[in-house]
Amino acid sequence: MILQGENILKQYQHNGGLINALDSVSFSVKKGDFVTVTGPSGSGKSTLLLSLFGLIRLTSGNIIFDGKRIDNINDRKLTEIRKKSVGYILQSFALIPYLTTIQNVMIPLALEKVPKKEQYKRASEILDYVGLADRTDHLPRELSVGQQQRVAIARSIVHRPQIIMADEPTGNLDPALSLEILEFLRKINQENKITIIMVTHSPVAAGYGTMKLHLNEGKIVNS
Amino acid sequence: MTISKLVLIELWKRKSQLITGLLAITLGIAVIVAIQSVSVVSEQNVARNLDNLGANILVLPQGASIDNYYTSDIDAPTLPMDYVERILTSTIAGVDNMSPKLTRRVKVNGQSIVLTGILPKSEIASKPLWQSSGLVGAEVKAACAPTESVNKSHGMEDEKLKRKAIDTLLSNDCIAGSQVARLLKLSANSQVTIMGKEFKVVKVLPETGTVDDDRIFANLKDVQHLLGIENQVSAIEIMGCCNAISEGLLSKLRNILPDTRVTTIGQIVSTQIETNQLMKKVTLVMLIIIFFVGGISIGNYIWANVNERKREIGILRMMGAERRTIYKMFLLKALILGVAGGILGFLIGTLAGVILGPYLAGIIVKPVYIYLLWSILLSVAISLAGSLFPTYLAAKFDPHSNLQED
Ligand SMILES: Nc1ncnc2c1ncn2[C@@H]1O[C@H](COP(=O)(O)OP(=O)(O)OP(=O)(O)O)[C@@H](O)[C@H]1O
Ligand SMILES: [Mg+2]
Repeated sequence: MILQGENILKQYQHNGGLINALDSVSFSVKKGDFVTVTGPSGSGKSTLLLSLFGLIRLTSGNIIFDGKRIDNINDRKLTEIRKKSVGYILQSFALIPYLTTIQNVMIPLALEKVPKKEQYKRASEILDYVGLADRTDHLPRELSVGQQQRVAIARSIVHRPQIIMADEPTGNLDPALSLEILEFLRKINQENKITIIMVTHSPVAAGYGTMKLHLNEGKIVNS
Repeated sequence: MTISKLVLIELWKRKSQLITGLLAITLGIAVIVAIQSVSVVSEQNVARNLDNLGANILVLPQGASIDNYYTSDIDAPTLPMDYVERILTSTIAGVDNMSPKLTRRVKVNGQSIVLTGILPKSEIASKPLWQSSGLVGAEVKAACAPTESVNKSHGMEDEKLKRKAIDTLLSNDCIAGSQVARLLKLSANSQVTIMGKEFKVVKVLPETGTVDDDRIFANLKDVQHLLGIENQVSAIEIMGCCNAISEGLLSKLRNILPDTRVTTIGQIVSTQIETNQLMKKVTLVMLIIIFFVGGISIGNYIWANVNERKREIGILRMMGAERRTIYKMFLLKALILGVAGGILGFLIGTLAGVILGPYLAGIIVKPVYIYLLWSILLSVAISLAGSLFPTYLAAKFDPHSNLQED
């Protein structure tokens, strides 16, 4: 088991009332799983994804990563885990606008203080892998949306994480581009044995899952 | 890629914003540097004047005006020559040297000049500026060096202790100031007729930038005779020991010299010193103002930058950037801004001082390079101080809520 959630509760205070964004959520993810999380809008998918490595703090419940509880550790340790072991892909790509393609991809390596040459080598390899070898010096705004999402994917895997968290990675893409990205994620999942947890609205995307979580009003409906 | 490089790229990509962020601090530093560059020269001038004047106590007749030391003896009422004798024979300690003078404005070849009668040895002995003119004479060590800050020279500390005396300024000999020499086309060994009497120019003085340039110095006896004011002088310059001055030398002199004004050079140049002190106060006020205005302005700029980059901060935190990294990002930016503001401020201020100094203060201002260091230090301190709080808030941002924007 690489990642487990036990009885997760996340409540938001809103206009004096409490919203249960996540309620009694439990699950287990094995290493190498391709997990899809589906559910209607507002069902708590993003909340779940972001709470797993501390970007959102839980109200209660346990999260176990690699055999250790991580829901109750401090911010610095969580940051360290995100830096070393997790890659994020968001719907809006989340590239840094003033950095070029290759500079964006090198950020996770820079945070880990990888030497300059090594950074360049690894970032170039990954960009080659996602088919952007000829776009290394472009700024994000000089790329198509599909290319931007491929840069985001390259950035999420360049530091060789154990797990990738993707929140609607194809949400902004047309069907053809979506398929391309999904194939990519499957390739990463299968070739590199990287565990993927992907939130999606699209049934097609959900079809890529080897394990499926369906959320409704903060609860897991069937898995 | 490093965080520092990221900071530099961001700075460069948004360099137009930089100018607004830097404006207040740069202008503030510029004003301080300009004021300081001017006042440092002004202070040097005071010090040089004090040195050049030689004597530090002036005995004048009661009615003399002391608005300007250089001209205070010109056409002033007179006091008896006996007073020199009186000082010499008194028991007053601390008088190192004395120089009685008689000065009148006269016309020579249609030009108005200042004729000053001096007693050679003593007059020269208390005028260090004349050393460089190469007048023959033994080096006389001053019995005590001025210790009061007001009487301290800022340059040539060692030279100050050596004073040369001229042994003789013969009757019929004279020394011409540089301006007079130019006006009357005089050089060493040429002749000049003053009030019907022939004088031989033994020396032309180097330019001093003071009224001395417009003077012709001749033997006191000759001048008294020519002007028909026998046994009278218009001033007595005294080299007094500074410690003695503070121990009441002035009042002791007043006691034995009735109907005179006994004053120190310090009092006479005090207006200039007051101006300098005012400049210092203005500088201090400016310092406080730019600390707040500059600090708030930079802080405001960084805060705007933080807000504009909220999402970026969220992304970086998501990817595992620690709070420390966020601090580093913004404080490094503030540091670079500080250095740039300091350098720019120094350049603008120095330029302003050099260009405006001659117009506004009538003095030649030179760049003071050590101010570059101070400008940078000050600017960096202000910039960092102003940026601390916004940076602290930036690092505290909840990464998730900033990710969800847009
Ligand atoms: N900061 C917040 N404060 C209050 N309520 C919140 C907050 N963030 C999310 N919620 C609520 O929590 C619930 C789950 O939100 P979440 O963003 O996880 O939904 P989602 O499944 O990702 O929806 P979508 O498919 O539209 O992205 C929603 O009802 C939402 O209104
Ligand atoms: Mg969502």
